[in-house]
Amino acid sequence: MIEKTLKGKPAYWIWLAFLGMFMAIGAACYVRQYNFGLGMTGMSRDVSWGIYISQFTFLVGVAAGGVMLVLPYYIHNYKEFGRITILGEFLAIGAIVMCLLFIMADLGQPMRALNVVLHPTPNSMLFYDAIVLNGYLFLNVLCGWVILTAEKKQVKPPKWIYFFVYLSIPFAISIHTVTAMLYCGLPGRHFWLSAIIAPRFLASAFAAGPALIVVACLVLKRVAGFDAGRKAMNKLITIIIYAALLNMFFVGLEFFVGYYSNIPGHKHSLEYLFFGLEHHGHVYNNLVPFMWAFVILAFGSIAVLATPAAKKNDFVLGMGCAALFLAFWLDKGIGFVLAGFVPNGLHEITEYIPTANELGITIGVWATGFMVVTLLYKIAIGVEHEVEG
Amino acid sequence: MDNKRRKFLKIAGASVLAGIGAPAVIKLTAATPALASGHGEAPAHAPAPDAHGGHAEEAPQGVRLGMVIDLRKMNENPEMLDSAIAACIAAHNIPEFPDKKNEVKWIWKAPFENVFTDHSASHSAAKVKNFPSVALCNHCDDPPCVRACPTQATYRLEKNGIVAMDFHRCIGCRFCMAACPYGARSFNWQDPRPYIKKYNKEFPSRMKGVVEKCNFCGERLALGQEPACVEACKGTGAIVFGDLNDAKSEIRAVLDKEFTIQRKPTLGTKPSVFYIV
Repeated sequence: MIEKTLKGKPAYWIWLAFLGMFMAIGAACYVRQYNFGLGMTGMSRDVSWGIYISQFTFLVGVAAGGVMLVLPYYIHNYKEFGRITILGEFLAIGAIVMCLLFIMADLGQPMRALNVVLHPTPNSMLFYDAIVLNGYLFLNVLCGWVILTAEKKQVKPPKWIYFFVYLSIPFAISIHTVTAMLYCGLPGRHFWLSAIIAPRFLASAFAAGPALIVVACLVLKRVAGFDAGRKAMNKLITIIIYAALLNMFFVGLEFFVGYYSNIPGHKHSLEYLFFGLEHHGHVYNNLVPFMWAFVILAFGSIAVLATPAAKKNDFVLGMGCAALFLAFWLDKGIGFVLAGFVPNGLHEITEYIPTANELGITIGVWATGFMVVTLLYKIAIGVEHEVEG
Repeated sequence: MDNKRRKFLKIAGASVLAGIGAPAVIKLTAATPALASGHGEAPAHAPAPDAHGGHAEEAPQGVRLGMVIDLRKMNENPEMLDSAIAACIAAHNIPEFPDKKNEVKWIWKAPFENVFTDHSASHSAAKVKNFPSVALCNHCDDPPCVRACPTQATYRLEKNGIVAMDFHRCIGCRFCMAACPYGARSFNWQDPRPYIKKYNKEFPSRMKGVVEKCNFCGERLALGQEPACVEACKGTGAIVFGDLNDAKSEIRAVLDKEFTIQRKPTLGTKPSVFYIV
């Protein structure tokens, strides 16, 4: 089936070349960072995780979001998702590849990464994160490939594969739960020390992941003649709206706990994110525009998706889903991780601004993920066309 | 008194060097059976562990090295703290970067309100407002950094309670830095060696990409020496170092006599560094 990636229209090759260019830029930036050290980034002693770990956190959600297709199709036998479930699984593969690349980019000593395996440490949440992420990657590769191969041969998938399909559902939940536990189990980081982090992560994931799949379907409809079907799209809209509302509800609960209890530690990071944190006469507020953009885009896109137009007009639907994806990226891919470090353990404030080199690596990893997803989608759609053709 | 402490450290250190291990150290530090009989059982009036687990009496087990820092004495003689910090930098090849972003520090000065974020700073006494406090790794009895580390590159030494680092195993994920509530950990954002002012051949320098922090001078203890900062304050009693579990130790005498505080005790980390304000 891999041969399907080798034939395509000029637009396909231009798109791959475009992604390849950013991958090359990312690789070059990474060589610089590898040689000099992480001092090439904007991270510091006080803000010791930056955009790499933020992206990792967000993309774990995108990967987990694929389960919103797998679950209705395989558990509830929702047939309309039959054509797009494979897209969810392949998107998860691309997202996990990005997650792993971002982790590698963030390590001070990447050559020692295998120490996590050589010295397994069950008390560390990173140990479990490595297990579930790699496990979920394996499951999606296995299930996606076996089911697609069966489809190509126009036979039923082998029965044993369903064990792995069902197993992938709790794995999807677990990757984002364990990722939340990286944060919410740390004493002294008030913003992260909240039992609602894992549910909030899942809610935002179940909105952002499917939103990206909708956008991908609309693109595929235009460029590859692949129609996911109106009914499937409409069902996805419903899933996205409910999950997105849940995420906003959870964010609101964080505000209530912080501001009603009036405990300074519970308010500081929220203040920093949304209003600017005053400290010794200086207001630190470099994330405020991002967070209000998040709020406006989130509510705006939910409203747009809830209108009848979203169910009829592909452009409205695409814009709504893209805006929602962007909103939740701002929330989790920027705000959540960075705000946990402000203020630091000594109530000092250091702001973080990524460097150009760091952004180069970040874009390079995103391009790699899009490349993986593009190639996988090319295969999936090639098979569908072949079968129908 | 000072001489006696030195002697004990020498013996304790030598035993560590000789590889006799934990049991020997316990025996040496608890020269009398006090450890086993007197303090082993919880006293009848011991308070029940409270909800936060931070204030209750802790059950002693083995040797637990700790420190009492007398901020009154530090403030009487401000140069003393500078010399203690300088001694630490010299002993451990700590790089001195000009910018805050790359900063590596094991023991450092910070205002009281920053070191003790849980204590009110409103209407604080002039001595608290005008003089710096000092921060370093607390060598917690229940260290969150050790819990977070995915490779056991940071670990708690059972024989003496020191939270130590293996610079050669650390993968530089900085999970420990996120986990430490005291900001005690530094990362080598770049090669630190060009920024080491005077190289000490007795202690390894680090490479880029690993985390480091105060090690309670484990390497000096092994040679029978006191920690560098303690030695720099010699004879003043500004820093008292010893076994918190040894009822006969000098540090216990100080803790029994003075009112001391710990940093963020409500987090349940059980810091081994105490302060007299």
